[in-house]
Amino acid sequence: MTATEALHPWRGFRDGPWRETIDVADFVRHNHEPYLGDAAFLSGPTDRTRQVWGRLQAMFPEERRRGVYDVDAATPSTITSHGPGYIDRERELIVGLQTDAPLRRAIMPQGGLRMVETALRAYGREPDPDVHRIFTRYRRTHNDAVFDAYPEDVLRARRSHVITGLPDAYGRGRIIGDYRRVALYGVDRLIAERRAHKAALDDRPSTDEVIRDREELAEQIRALGELKEMAAAYGFDISRPAVTGQQAIQWLYFAYLAATKEQNGAAMSLGRTAGFVDVYLRRDLAEGRLDETAAQELVDDFVIKLRIIRFLRTPEYDQLFSGDPTWVTETLGGMDADGRPLVTRTAFRYLQTLYNLGPAPEPNLTVLWSPRLPDGFKRFCAQVSLDTSAIQYENDELIRPAYDDDTAIACCVSAMRVGRDMQFFGARANLAKALLYAINGGRDEVTGEQVAPPAPPVGGETLDYDEVLAAYDRTLDWLAETYVDALNVIHHQHDRYAYERLEMALHDHPVRRFMATGIAGLSVAVDSLSAIRYGRVKVLRDETGLAVDYAVEGEFPTYGNNDDRADELAVRLVETFAAKLRRQRTYRDAELTMSVLTITSNVVYGRHTGNTPDGRRAGEPFAPGANPMNGRDIHGLVAAALSVAKLPYDAARDGISLTGTVTPDGLGHTRQERITNLAGVLDGYTDAGGFHLNVNVLDRDTLVDAMAHPERYPQLTVRVSGYAVNFVRLTPEQQRDVISRTFHGSL
Amino acid sequence: MTGRPSSARPAATPAAGPREAAPIGAVHSWDTSVGVDGPGTRFVVFLAGCPLRCRYCHSPDTWYRRSGRTRTVDEVLAEVARYRRFIEVAGGGVTISGGEPLLQPRFTGEVLRRCHALGLHTALDTSGFLGVRADDALLDATDLVLLDIKAGNPVTYRRVTGTGRLAPTLRFARRLADRGTPIWIRYVLVPGLTDDADDVARVADVAAGLATVDRVEVLPFHRLGAHKYAELGLAFPLADTAPPSPELLARVRGQFAARGLTVT
Repeated sequence: MTATEALHPWRGFRDGPWRETIDVADFVRHNHEPYLGDAAFLSGPTDRTRQVWGRLQAMFPEERRRGVYDVDAATPSTITSHGPGYIDRERELIVGLQTDAPLRRAIMPQGGLRMVETALRAYGREPDPDVHRIFTRYRRTHNDAVFDAYPEDVLRARRSHVITGLPDAYGRGRIIGDYRRVALYGVDRLIAERRAHKAALDDRPSTDEVIRDREELAEQIRALGELKEMAAAYGFDISRPAVTGQQAIQWLYFAYLAATKEQNGAAMSLGRTAGFVDVYLRRDLAEGRLDETAAQELVDDFVIKLRIIRFLRTPEYDQLFSGDPTWVTETLGGMDADGRPLVTRTAFRYLQTLYNLGPAPEPNLTVLWSPRLPDGFKRFCAQVSLDTSAIQYENDELIRPAYDDDTAIACCVSAMRVGRDMQFFGARANLAKALLYAINGGRDEVTGEQVAPPAPPVGGETLDYDEVLAAYDRTLDWLAETYVDALNVIHHQHDRYAYERLEMALHDHPVRRFMATGIAGLSVAVDSLSAIRYGRVKVLRDETGLAVDYAVEGEFPTYGNNDDRADELAVRLVETFAAKLRRQRTYRDAELTMSVLTITSNVVYGRHTGNTPDGRRAGEPFAPGANPMNGRDIHGLVAAALSVAKLPYDAARDGISLTGTVTPDGLGHTRQERITNLAGVLDGYTDAGGFHLNVNVLDRDTLVDAMAHPERYPQLTVRVSGYAVNFVRLTPEQQRDVISRTFHGSL
Repeated sequence: MTGRPSSARPAATPAAGPREAAPIGAVHSWDTSVGVDGPGTRFVVFLAGCPLRCRYCHSPDTWYRRSGRTRTVDEVLAEVARYRRFIEVAGGGVTISGGEPLLQPRFTGEVLRRCHALGLHTALDTSGFLGVRADDALLDATDLVLLDIKAGNPVTYRRVTGTGRLAPTLRFARRLADRGTPIWIRYVLVPGLTDDADDVARVADVAAGLATVDRVEVLPFHRLGAHKYAELGLAFPLADTAPPSPELLARVRGQFAARGLTVT
């Protein structure tokens, strides 16, 4: 440290408004330099990198076998709860673990004690009696508070799975702190800025809103103090800005790490750090402080840390989301507002970790694609997809105009301006089940229970399209109201009982808030409507009059074939439900957004949904996200992608997810051709207005073999609806779903 | 459940006004593919009807014209229009395949001409057996011919195709080369049927003698079409034939490569 203490942290940086106000986006805008070349400059892993990663690799099989490697069941996690921890103290370049040992998970009972205790028991640990007493007798949890305030209508909808996955028993996540601020400004400057915001509130009358803001700012200031304390335990003074690339990575990692010690958020995304880090690495290279190998080594070491972020969750939760997801999403690429690519050598270095350390689902590397990106970067991305299936693509030409050029993806497809926007994550409503409720007058097709308000069931032997549509419209009115009502309760209580102090300290004040809703079962609902409209659907009822099955006669167009007859039904359903949601009053006046994303919960949603009029059998998985139903897209991935691209981003500003799986031969005969063709497909899809594409390049045989011999494929990575998973960590049911999903042998 | 998802579209409204009798085609289906039916992303029209009965055929459902749907050129072009922008941005074109597209030369020619006039890259996927039916106007509108040379000597050719003769294909190949039309030679490698080294050498010699051959695609035999035979109540002649081993594939590719050809 002594050698660098004399250096000015901002030496050589180009000036801009970022010096006066906290504005990392402005800093990046003034200081980034596009890299237009190819991947030839990259370095492989050093022995040091191999040794550090090797230590962890030796622990992973044990973790996979037991579910968790280790847990500290007695210490509720806070930013400063655990002393320093190391993987290999002599060799690590970037330090910091969530607890005092690698893969040792922490408990975070503020979100919900039940989740913690269920998880502990599932993994053979006894809950700690002190923790139990504290969080039942003295300290309420988010989970308790939500269930005190849920109305009965919400409880019914939740039980019947017409609304599922709600973050009411755990941390909501999907909030991205601008962790770069810590590196650029140092914590003291950030504390001073928070104090000024708080002082500015002193003149305002103490209304509910102002009191809440003052308390939140006070909590944020406290969290920033704890962040300094945590870093000091590792021997770093982060009150001041970082002066080197190594420090910049270390500072921003400390900030991110502190967030993961405070919150077990469903998705704990990183933001858009590569372009920022590149400014520092470029300066170090120019000053002779680093060479390329050393620069890559820093990135590799950082990514090793991101790969072992862990949370304690129940097996049911892991089943819903597949494996052990953390959604450490990092956003790469894109263009800036002036039309210059935001592609740097460090973006290449992040991607290179998939070779240096092998493929992995985390961090969730996300490329903002534009046909205007430099060819060298496009080709490297396509190559990495071919080799690892580990990256996802989102449409920079849609995101940048809707947000700005310093926007990052949280979780899978949720765009937010870094440090300026946050969102209240809201899981999703099941539109396929809602259609069955419409037909059944609000009764659940599985239990027969009255869940939605009673209405006359759709009568007759054959379903009449107009009658069904009218009933569906009324059901969706109820669903929108009930759903947003649930979210308002959840986020009110989350703010009170499990507030993200540190993450929110790294946002502007005031912050723009989104209420991020979502839908599941789109393709099932659309194909069902199409069957009713274009075919003839006869209803089979049980003795209570409940419609439990359907007989379809005649042919009908299906969503996913670039056929407007079906695709327009999808567009209309998305727009209709989004409009209904937007009419609802939201907590803290958050702007309502909607996603078409299921992650892997499409399997669970399907399991709880009865027979549908499209011919899908009860319990059969839905297609993930905005995908066409498995096997019904018969004209290749391009036709399917063009159907999905019709869904309007304006109605689904929280993202629209498409997962495509293709065999290598389905992209061309040679490696170079495959790279060219995949990049071309991404250009075409982006140009057509498609929002998101997961690209898997896999052989079906590989997956079948991996099911039988998981030990041979510890790092096999598969992208599923917005993020990547270790295939061998999926449940057998999910593995079968992935395999049965349309393999576009010819893309 | 008797109902099933369908991609069949209602017939497009015919263009207004009198016009000369436009050719009508028997179209089996259409598809999109990448990198396997010509360069880049392709819109592929499969026509119905083929005079050959290749033992390894993976699409017996395209043998008869009657198994296609009647389509006008306008209808096909309306479908192409839905992909035109994507193809232009992604790079690629339109491929007419089959069946044997030269069984319907007027229709094929018109589709190729109209696509070509739009500035789209066009490819014709043919055995060349009916090459004589392709007039110069058709070939003027064809940027690439995917020419499936099934065997190098007449006996093997007959054994593979059941009904065909080799000579017409060779004549067609030379005509293409003479007029400067780019060719990708395709050769389906079937163990025990088309793997004889002398046979392969003959095909390789032919390919090497054609100045416009850009590449040779040696396609390993697969059994993915077997279920179609079952659905049609037909016996799949090669049900017991295994795909070629990597060694065999390498040997055959090597035979082409040894003659200076680009092999994929």
